[in-house]
Amino acid sequence: MTQKTLRKGNEALAEGAIRAGARFFAGYPITPQNEVPEYMAAHMADNGGAFVQAESEVAAINMVYGAAATGTRSMTSSSSPGISLKQEGITYLASADLPCLIVNVMRGGPGLGSISGAQGDYFQATRGGGNGDYHIIVLAPNSVEELGNFPKLGFDLAEKYRMPCMILADGILGQMMESMAFNFDPVDPNKIGKFDWAVDIHKNGRKKSKVFSYKGDNLIADVTERAKRYGLIEKTEARYEARNCEGADVILVAYGLSSRACLEAVSKAEEKGLKVGLFRPITLWPFPSKALKEVSQKAKGILVVEQSLGQLVQDVKLAVGDSVPVGLNAYPAGGQPDGEQILTAAKSLLTGKKEGLFDLQTHAEGFTYECKRDLSLGVQGDRKEVK
Amino acid sequence: MSTILAKKPSTLTDLPMHYCPGCGHGIVHRLLAETFEELNIADRVIGVAPVGCAVFADDYFTCDTVQGAHGRGPAIATGVKRSKPGAIVFSYQGDGDLASIGMAEIVHAAVRSENITVIFINNAIYGMTGGQMAPTTLVGQVATTAPKGRDPKMQGWPINMCEMLSQITGSKYLARVAVDTPQNVLKAKACIKKAFENQVNNVGFSMVEVISQCPTNWHASVEQALEFVRTKMIPQYPLGVFKDEGAK
Amino acid sequence: MYQGIRIAGFGGQGVVSAGILLAQAGVENKLNASWLPSYGPEMRGGTANCSVVVSDGEVYTPIVSVPDTVIVMNEPSLPKFEPMLKKGGLLILNSSLVNSHPTRKDIQVLCVPCNQIAEKVGMARVANLVALGAFIKATGAVTLESVAHAMKKVYKRAKPEMLELNQKALQAGFDAV
Repeated sequence: MTQKTLRKGNEALAEGAIRAGARFFAGYPITPQNEVPEYMAAHMADNGGAFVQAESEVAAINMVYGAAATGTRSMTSSSSPGISLKQEGITYLASADLPCLIVNVMRGGPGLGSISGAQGDYFQATRGGGNGDYHIIVLAPNSVEELGNFPKLGFDLAEKYRMPCMILADGILGQMMESMAFNFDPVDPNKIGKFDWAVDIHKNGRKKSKVFSYKGDNLIADVTERAKRYGLIEKTEARYEARNCEGADVILVAYGLSSRACLEAVSKAEEKGLKVGLFRPITLWPFPSKALKEVSQKAKGILVVEQSLGQLVQDVKLAVGDSVPVGLNAYPAGGQPDGEQILTAAKSLLTGKKEGLFDLQTHAEGFTYECKRDLSLGVQGDRKEVK
Repeated sequence: MSTILAKKPSTLTDLPMHYCPGCGHGIVHRLLAETFEELNIADRVIGVAPVGCAVFADDYFTCDTVQGAHGRGPAIATGVKRSKPGAIVFSYQGDGDLASIGMAEIVHAAVRSENITVIFINNAIYGMTGGQMAPTTLVGQVATTAPKGRDPKMQGWPINMCEMLSQITGSKYLARVAVDTPQNVLKAKACIKKAFENQVNNVGFSMVEVISQCPTNWHASVEQALEFVRTKMIPQYPLGVFKDEGAK
Repeated sequence: MYQGIRIAGFGGQGVVSAGILLAQAGVENKLNASWLPSYGPEMRGGTANCSVVVSDGEVYTPIVSVPDTVIVMNEPSLPKFEPMLKKGGLLILNSSLVNSHPTRKDIQVLCVPCNQIAEKVGMARVANLVALGAFIKATGAVTLESVAHAMKKVYKRAKPEMLELNQKALQAGFDAV
């Protein structure tokens, strides 16, 4: 076994990306991902790559567009509001079939939100995010070790399918330190091989390379071809982890940091007389629907644990249909799940109680933690008519 | 025996250009293509095409090209150049692209003194979308979104990019040219060539602003359009070299 | 073995770095370890805290919401962190700076005059290491030697005499229990 070292999540990610052959990074400061550009600023040049602190998130992703067009392993990182700004570039990257790595170290939203870890960007990541019909591959690490190793997987998948790949990480994952080891040998970017689609210095004679986004009359053919690729990816690249699911009465479904709290719940379930398993999607797109349907066949219920207002639960419902009841244990806007709360909700799901279950119909009850709005700020409730 | 006096540069493709009659884009394309040939850099040029009338510019050059989002040319060119430092990278942009939606990108490419060449076509109007007011539209000039003419009280004044960018330490070469007369075309060619030579010599950020005519959206004949360049455009946008720090 | 720890005190008391040291010591002991600071605006108010987990199995969530041990280095942290402690958990109290008494009866309390001990060793600033030494003696979560190893990795830029002082403070805390 490789000796593990203690690393901060964001630094493990940055080091992992450089080891994975990333040689272009552009970014803009935003909490809680600042250690990523800082690490890149310190180490990219020594590794023969380029680091640019861009004037904006928009510029950063467009710099990545230019660098990716040359076939260079290129990336940017940001956090939720910054990722919103990057959507322009992401849809262009998707349209031009360019591989790149985008990292979202999520924070609370909407808007400026908070800097607490949250999972509110699930829809934005898995449904495209920008304009038009497209997908990006979305990887959801749940440990610093995965955060450090996923850049390699992300670049490999992005290049294999010629599309952007996103690592969707929790803010806390970026900020925490944890023992981890890299599970791959450093990639020499010169040995990745040249892509025939990339723009480059060339001697006369080679066919002109053209990276472009405006497809005009060819758009139908373009989008249809991409749809076929998406189908192949859904069939072959869905990744997940299933723990204790065999014989489980309740299967918890969670990704990223939430899944860690679920592991605690799984470990404590037995002493409370519950049989609980965990199904953790590692790819959020493609969502491992088929596997989830299979492992949950004999379960009495599925409990989705997410730090958002019922986003992941929709993919779970699409996957299992009416075959098994689905409950939601939600911690939106920076709330953090723990094992006890999850088990309370799991018990409710089995016994028909309400405690811990987020009501999908009313969207108002079932928060498992104190959730009162501070009206003293005068945001809501005390607005007076001016006559 | 016949002698060839003029021919299409080898760096232009055979595709017929889609530009309107009298438009300046075609002239500038040819000047770029000639420059690539004369500086013997054709095999290392990578072009960045904008959103606007020149969205298809990538089809007309034989070099590798990248077409990106509106206004982001300088950022895309930055990504290309930093990844392929040996390439000669140019960004081709219109006035809406460069001076409105892409203002941050152009200013900061100059601030970083990216070693790229920017060709800025200023015709004071949004062409492709059908004649809306541009940041460079003249005071009183009619546009579809300024139907009574640009009114400074409502829409401010035209922006002079060369003058503005000349305040930035990182901008190394700034020239404004026009393509309304053969003499001016020759001058434009010299400036464009200089801007690419600078890149070859690692001088830093170079931009050539070309005052161009748009008969279609100015609702003018070609003659009238050229007259408008001379009598209205050039007084607002004086021609000349605003900065030349690459000179040795 | 699964130890979830919260360390809390004023900014500048070294609670965050003591946490990193403990997590690094866990790694030196071939354990899995995690460390999570309170970050952002929370840090600006003058108080700081961090969560540490050391485990011979998996580390679940790095947010230690029900700690096995809480180390309280200053007065304001006592009312904030005492209630979190798990039943039967250990509260290490820096009695040099904390005058109030814990109210819970279902926990173990260890009072260590960290600042006084640190001053005796040579510098009040190493009170965090005194607390860490006491924690190691009381829980046996990691070995004393592993912290010495960890120190060289965590305090890479520290001068040899400062490392030595830290080492002495750690030992003094260990011996005080």
